Amino acid sequence: MQVLEKQQIMTGSQKLIEEKKTIIEARDVNVFYGHFQALKGINLTIKENSVTAFIGPSGCGKSTFLRCFNRMNDYIDEFCLDGEILIDNNKIYWNKIVVEELRKEVGMVFQKPNPFPKTIFENVAYGLKIHGIKDKTYIEEQVVKSLKDVALWDEVKDDLKKSALALSGGQQQRLCIARTLAVEPKIILMDEPTSALDPISTAKIEELLFDLKQKYTIVIVTHNMQQAARISDKTAFFYMGDLIEYDDTKTIFTNPKQEKTQNYITGRFG
Amino acid sequence: MTNALKNKLIDNAFKVFGIICTLFGLVILGILIFNIAEVGLTRIDWNFITSLPSRKAEKAGIYTALMGTVWILFLTAIIAFPIGVGAGIYLEEYGKKSKWANFLEINISNLAGVPSIIYGLLGLEIFVRAFNMGGSILAGSFTLALLILPIIIVSTREALKAVPSSIKDASVALGASKWQTIWNQTLPASIGGVLTGVILAISRAIGETAPLIVVGALAYVPFAPSSPMDEFTVMPIQIFNWVSRPQHEFAVNAAAAIIILLLITFMMNGVAVYYRNKWQKKIKW
Amino acid sequence: MRTRTQENIIEALLKLATSITILTTVGIIGVLLYETIAFFKEVSIIEFLTDLEWTPLFSQKHFGILPLVSGTILTTLIAIGVALPLGLTIAIYLNMYAPKGFRKSFKPMLEVLAAIPTVVYGFFALTVVTPFLQSIYPNLAGFNALSAGIVMGIMIIPFVSSLSEDALYAVPKTLKEASFGMGATRFQTSFKVMVPAASSGIIVSVILAISRAIGETMIVAIAAGQQPRLTFDPTVPIETITAYIVQVSMGDVPHGSLEYRTIFAAGITLFIFTFLLNTLSFWIKKKYQEKYD
Repeated sequence: MQVLEKQQIMTGSQKLIEEKKTIIEARDVNVFYGHFQALKGINLTIKENSVTAFIGPSGCGKSTFLRCFNRMNDYIDEFCLDGEILIDNNKIYWNKIVVEELRKEVGMVFQKPNPFPKTIFENVAYGLKIHGIKDKTYIEEQVVKSLKDVALWDEVKDDLKKSALALSGGQQQRLCIARTLAVEPKIILMDEPTSALDPISTAKIEELLFDLKQKYTIVIVTHNMQQAARISDKTAFFYMGDLIEYDDTKTIFTNPKQEKTQNYITGRFG
Repeated sequence: MTNALKNKLIDNAFKVFGIICTLFGLVILGILIFNIAEVGLTRIDWNFITSLPSRKAEKAGIYTALMGTVWILFLTAIIAFPIGVGAGIYLEEYGKKSKWANFLEINISNLAGVPSIIYGLLGLEIFVRAFNMGGSILAGSFTLALLILPIIIVSTREALKAVPSSIKDASVALGASKWQTIWNQTLPASIGGVLTGVILAISRAIGETAPLIVVGALAYVPFAPSSPMDEFTVMPIQIFNWVSRPQHEFAVNAAAAIIILLLITFMMNGVAVYYRNKWQKKIKW
Repeated sequence: MRTRTQENIIEALLKLATSITILTTVGIIGVLLYETIAFFKEVSIIEFLTDLEWTPLFSQKHFGILPLVSGTILTTLIAIGVALPLGLTIAIYLNMYAPKGFRKSFKPMLEVLAAIPTVVYGFFALTVVTPFLQSIYPNLAGFNALSAGIVMGIMIIPFVSSLSEDALYAVPKTLKEASFGMGATRFQTSFKVMVPAASSGIIVSVILAISRAIGETMIVAIAAGQQPRLTFDPTVPIETITAYIVQVSMGDVPHGSLEYRTIFAAGITLFIFTFLLNTLSFWIKKKYQEKYD
């Protein structure tokens, strides 16, 4: 019932996004860690070329859900998923899917910048190399293009052979985004990408998201509600493993349907 | 008041005792090295290093033993390195948390505690007899390789464990397979620690005497070995042989040979420590 | 799909490398059992365990393991008598008293003691320590358990001191501060709070050192003699299990003979001792970890 209601709300608002193609679809997703249920019957669809924010208090399941889209949870002991997740109409938990191929399509940026202890160039080229691309000119082109896309090129173009660990935190995070872009994914998952950064670096990355939206679908987990309000088209509020409300960002922040959402965004808990 | 004073006194007395104990170990180490240097240093010359063994102490040299040690060093390294590092990778990156992995872990910690002479008995029956290698360098190397395997496995695992999981996550999230991630990220990031462990293990191997005596390394070998199937002796056995003789001249030879053996051992340890420090400095997560 | 096959091959190879450790254990136990069973077909197990003499290489053959066991225990006790007080004091000093930089530079220096080949210690025991002890106690034989045991003790100091220090280091800082806060001295804090709190780690370090001493070969083969005798007199020549195996291996004993099999019977005795000690230390370590998790 609740789900139906939400879908009706969605169709009512912002035509532009709803007319776009669905790229991610979760159908009745339940996630367990052993006996603990981390996600409870989640249904949700995400459209192409949009920014979707997942918000909610710590431990609400938003990161777990995000990590289902590229199957990063596979390495957690006792992780168990029930239900279906479709990306581009492919069931990604179907056991014949090649996980490596999936992750090429669905890139991820992590909470803390995690560049490899290699050169800047090697960091961006890494994804291409592991996917078997040997054409050096193509790799170089992609590296330059990706670094330009994240507005890092001007800062590092003379230092491509230097260690990525020498960059500042904000630069490192943009490098990690460039690294993800280089393999040309369709979707980029971001798990609190600015939580370890200073405000200026954060602003740069937020700015970046607007540009990236033109080419990619972005799903971002954030602790920061202002950030969600600033950058996303749609927002999903999670609480204790439930998807409480999923709607246009504007609606969520100005006119939430659920009391819990209201309480959360006004800072009464979390 | 008196009680507090008494406590203070005991405290300071123990401090002095602690300093004495700590210095004791180092003083003994100093006496040991000084004594050996005093006895043996004058005996070392080019002839001593390049001469074949002899029944006359003043003519005897360490050439065959030194060559034997070099052969053993390389063959043991070649055998133990891939197996040890491979097993370390498997245990750390693949076989985690299962009952089988738990069993493997207990087994390895037990193997690390098995006396080296027992490995000699294993080598004697398996490599020397069953595989028909005889008392050859190859049989000795296989035996020592098994002996140092637990050390290499444990240190490899420690080094791999030190690589932050965020690096592995980043690689996997780009679509790298498990092995691609290990080969391109985890191993390069931990190679300093891995190599340190391997070098320390091999330096332990070249100091080993008992297992090689048991597998049939000889005390007297007239010629330097030229193939892995040759009979051989090594530095520690040559030293043991000379120590066992009553004449003082042979004790001088033993001391001189010990200086060479210690030089090799300390050099390898030094390289290992240097590697470790360099690696720890280079990568600060 | 090609990468999938490649991945599987690599995993299989790594698994194979790991299985060598299992094969080693199986090999050790198998080899020892095989030759020992053949040995017990000719010598009764009761004679082996109760006869007070061990003379398999003489014409008047006796096969009682006890003299070798007593020699092993004697040298081990002397070694622990040296290593335990020294090692533990060093650990406490470095942890509680020494300046921070001191600890960092002294620990590796002490560990050099463990890196020296044992044949070097044998030489040291025979040519330095024994003459020195003889100058104090002239009746000391040229080969004796005392000198070998003391030098072995020095060799295993780092086993005790390093591992014990690690255990002390792992004790939560709050405990130390609580004791200091009540006006206790460092000495009182060390023995009333720190050592009890780190006791399982210290016990593990001592057990490992004992196990190491029991299996130690070259020091005793060089300095303790080759005369198996059932005694706890540290001044006379004795023989340990390990020294006996070396003695036989240095000679020309034909394969398959009863003399040849004695080294495996001696070997399995040694193996059982160290196996029990290692299992005990593993068990304590595991219990201790659970306590803190």
